Amino acid sequence: MKKLGTLAAATLLLAGAAQADPLKVGMITTLSGGGAGLGIDVRDGFMLAVKQSGNSDIEVIVEDDQRKPDIAVQLADKMIQSDKVDVLTGIIWSNLAMAVVPAVTQQGKFYLSPNAGPSALAGKGCHENYFNVAWQNDNLHEAAGAYAKGAGFANSFILAPNYPAGKDALTGYKRFYGGDLAGEVYTKLGQSDYAAEIAQIRASGADSVFFFLPGGMGIAFMKQYAQSGVDIPLVGPAFSFDQGILQAVGEAAMGVKNTSQWNKDIDNPTNAAFVESFQAEYGRLPSLYASQGFDTANLLLSAMGKASVSDAGAFRAALKEADFASTRGDFEFGSNHHPIQDIYVREVIKEGDVFTNKIVGPALENHSDAYAGECSM
Amino acid sequence: MSLILLIEQVLNGLQFGVMLFLMAAGLTLVFGVMGLINLAHGSLYMVGAFACAAVATATGSFWLGLAASLAAAAAAGALVEIVVIRRLYDRDHLDQVLATFALILVFSEATRWAFGSFPLYLNVPPSLSGAVTLPGGIEYPAYRLAIIVVGFAVAAGLFALIAKTRLGIQIRAGEADREMIGALGVDIARLYTIVFALGAGLAGLAGALVGTIQSVQVGMGEPVLILAFVVIVIGGIGSIKGALIGALLVGLTDTLGRFLLPIVFATFMDASSATSVGSALASMAIYVLMAGVLVARPSGLYGVRA
Repeated sequence: MKKLGTLAAATLLLAGAAQADPLKVGMITTLSGGGAGLGIDVRDGFMLAVKQSGNSDIEVIVEDDQRKPDIAVQLADKMIQSDKVDVLTGIIWSNLAMAVVPAVTQQGKFYLSPNAGPSALAGKGCHENYFNVAWQNDNLHEAAGAYAKGAGFANSFILAPNYPAGKDALTGYKRFYGGDLAGEVYTKLGQSDYAAEIAQIRASGADSVFFFLPGGMGIAFMKQYAQSGVDIPLVGPAFSFDQGILQAVGEAAMGVKNTSQWNKDIDNPTNAAFVESFQAEYGRLPSLYASQGFDTANLLLSAMGKASVSDAGAFRAALKEADFASTRGDFEFGSNHHPIQDIYVREVIKEGDVFTNKIVGPALENHSDAYAGECSM
Repeated sequence: MSLILLIEQVLNGLQFGVMLFLMAAGLTLVFGVMGLINLAHGSLYMVGAFACAAVATATGSFWLGLAASLAAAAAAGALVEIVVIRRLYDRDHLDQVLATFALILVFSEATRWAFGSFPLYLNVPPSLSGAVTLPGGIEYPAYRLAIIVVGFAVAAGLFALIAKTRLGIQIRAGEADREMIGALGVDIARLYTIVFALGAGLAGLAGALVGTIQSVQVGMGEPVLILAFVVIVIGGIGSIKGALIGALLVGLTDTLGRFLLPIVFATFMDASSATSVGSALASMAIYVLMAGVLVARPSGLYGVRA
């Protein structure tokens, strides 16, 4: 099925592409297994932008990394050596990005990240051919910390899975929060039962709970939290409140404040058109991942309009300008090729039968990241 | 640390344990009676959860969903036994592992094809939602209490089935000597299908009960499967009693380990390194328990075979 879909997409794109050497994009993303929803959203957002551009000089090869670093590395090698792609993109998970990105950029190819933003690639490990179109990993957590501080919370209980991105999350939150901690807990990655942690939260006397539990972990945590009778306010990054997850959580998420660089009600024409056309094309509301895929493709298309990828210097400069209409409104790259952007506080609401988010206000404005200074670019 | 918190954590451990028991019971029966390693047991757990979510959403009744989860998982189990598993009894364990691993992939992709890649909605029925106050002022989620009750009820039912019924006698005889009960005129193919469907149904029930408070998504069965294997290794392969004791031990060790180890380390380390060392050790605790049990009793607590 997947192969067929890819083939069909490639054929569609190729149809009418009589011009010589189109720009080839290799998209490595997660299309099967537990985290598939994220990869599918990034792919669909990306392909929507390509389709809307009507640009027949771009060819996209999509492959599934199954969320496994070794497979992602094999796919990158294959795409560079036999498919001869010019640009790679698509990776969702930071551990996969760490395995693939340095090798790709060292071979002179471009990598545009639609999601993962590990700190190692933002600081000392930054590279002129690596552009992150989403965020540096710490960003949304920093915004959550800033929100908690502004809301007057002074005794947070914080928890995250015990892996690098989880530690970055708690570090990011603490960087902007500044209050006391009622407790700090690292859970097992992939844990699905949080009864023990919720009991600790109940006993801790906290005035707020910050949690970073992406995907199924967050669904489980929120459902169990709602059942537990504990009513301390929750704060989290958008990853546990995206459009794909909210429907599975249901009422338990209502009213929870979360931080995101994007939401469907950000008021600009690009975003309005994106939300409407995404729904028309795929029959569901877009998530932040879809918006990141869409922006990534539009960034690439804007650079294609200015320079040929065979002239790497000019193409890089064209990417750096970020001269495209982002769904987020204002968007520019900092010195380390990571976004400088506004991050908002959202609240989970219900529109008809569908759970979604609305923006409450800005959390951080024109926010860069803590690692840009270490990048020697 | 208050006594109330400790009691609440013990209840959490019990609840986790009885869920593991529902998974492990089927696994240990199938291994004990048929000598088969079934990696696809986690997929049947997933089938149960998806069936419950789909039926509960369509009809609005959680209880119909729960019934559907039992029926769907048992039916899927019977079908798989007749079509695939039956050919594997005489093969060695490596072939069984390969074939049942393939079944995991088939089940996962078929589920994705039917239900899509996004997690499904399934929530606690209104009659069991919220928390109840237990004697001593402990607030505890009603649904988790119900899981503990259901788990022990199923355990009691299984013991009665094995000890008192004709089917139970055949199952026990099948564990002792497969060829002999065939020679005595028991329809062994039918017996195997029934045992497999029974185990599958229990896994499906566990999937539906747990899916309600966790997330219903493709791939949800595999992490539980690993724990279920730990349980049957600790309890002794083929023993229902061992599965129950092993499941409760694993549930309590995991829950109390996650809770107590960071506190223990905090007595002589600074808070943040105690948290990370404590949680790292807590995730190993059940494997340490398994190693300890195997050193003392190489065939598990109630195992008969070496």
